[in-house]
Amino acid sequence: MQPSGYARSNRDRLDATFAALADPTRRAILARLAAGEASVTELAAPFDISQPAISKHLKVLERAGLISRGRDAQRRPRRLEPRPLAEATGWLETYRRYWEGNFGRLDAVLEELKAQKRHGRSRR
Amino acid sequence: MNSSGALKVTAQSDREIVMTRVFDAPRNLVFDAYTKPDLLKRWLGVFGGYSMPVCEVDLRVGGTYRFVWRGPDGAEMGVRGVYREVVRPERLMHTEKFDEAWYPGEALITTVLVEQGAKTTLTVTMRYESREARDAVLKSPMESGVAQSYDKLAELLASGALERARR
Repeated sequence: MQPSGYARSNRDRLDATFAALADPTRRAILARLAAGEASVTELAAPFDISQPAISKHLKVLERAGLISRGRDAQRRPRRLEPRPLAEATGWLETYRRYWEGNFGRLDAVLEELKAQKRHGRSRR
Repeated sequence: MNSSGALKVTAQSDREIVMTRVFDAPRNLVFDAYTKPDLLKRWLGVFGGYSMPVCEVDLRVGGTYRFVWRGPDGAEMGVRGVYREVVRPERLMHTEKFDEAWYPGEALITTVLVEQGAKTTLTVTMRYESREARDAVLKSPMESGVAQSYDKLAELLASGALERARR
């Protein structure tokens, strides 16, 4: 039997993701990176805060696995890591969508059965 | 035509998933749709090019069922189980095990139908052997859904967070 370490580390990671997303500046940084990778200077440009403050936010995002560093040694561009974000937002949602699809088709089947029943009754 | 309620999905206790949904139909029809092969084939998992060429149901306590889905590329996915309780038209309990299971053990699925004023509330409780198994099930469709939910989140983030943070 596998120890519960796997699930625990997953939960911890999810907690880290949510904690990182709790700050509006960090969410704005992620939104910017969703459009493509960017250097620290580029990321700091829209904000009225210092570059060290931005770097601190980037560190939090990096620890949560939400961003990583690009190859370019000069610019050290940051880029978005989609997986933890998707896990945080999609956990129950994708599962729900799958069943929503099933039940939408079931609605249509039930409508048809109801119509058949009405029809059958009127013929009698 | 939107008389039916929204689907609710919750992760309950350590190892359960619970779904509830209201249908605009008496429960004997919902029960039929859940247990008759010609009806099941029309709604369960049949989308995106998937059909259900095998759908066998031996609806009695101790009886088995067997479903096989086939995808557009010919790939097949099968599941089987045994009925533990059959109380028409209100209650169904069966086991569930996929041929190529991505979670350990088998699941126990309890389906309860409650009828009130021509509508039926369906409650499905899926109980897995461990928290790990339950979480694997919840996450399994994620692989295909990653891009989608990511796009959605990016949209959400772009919609207002940037403006607020600039102030």
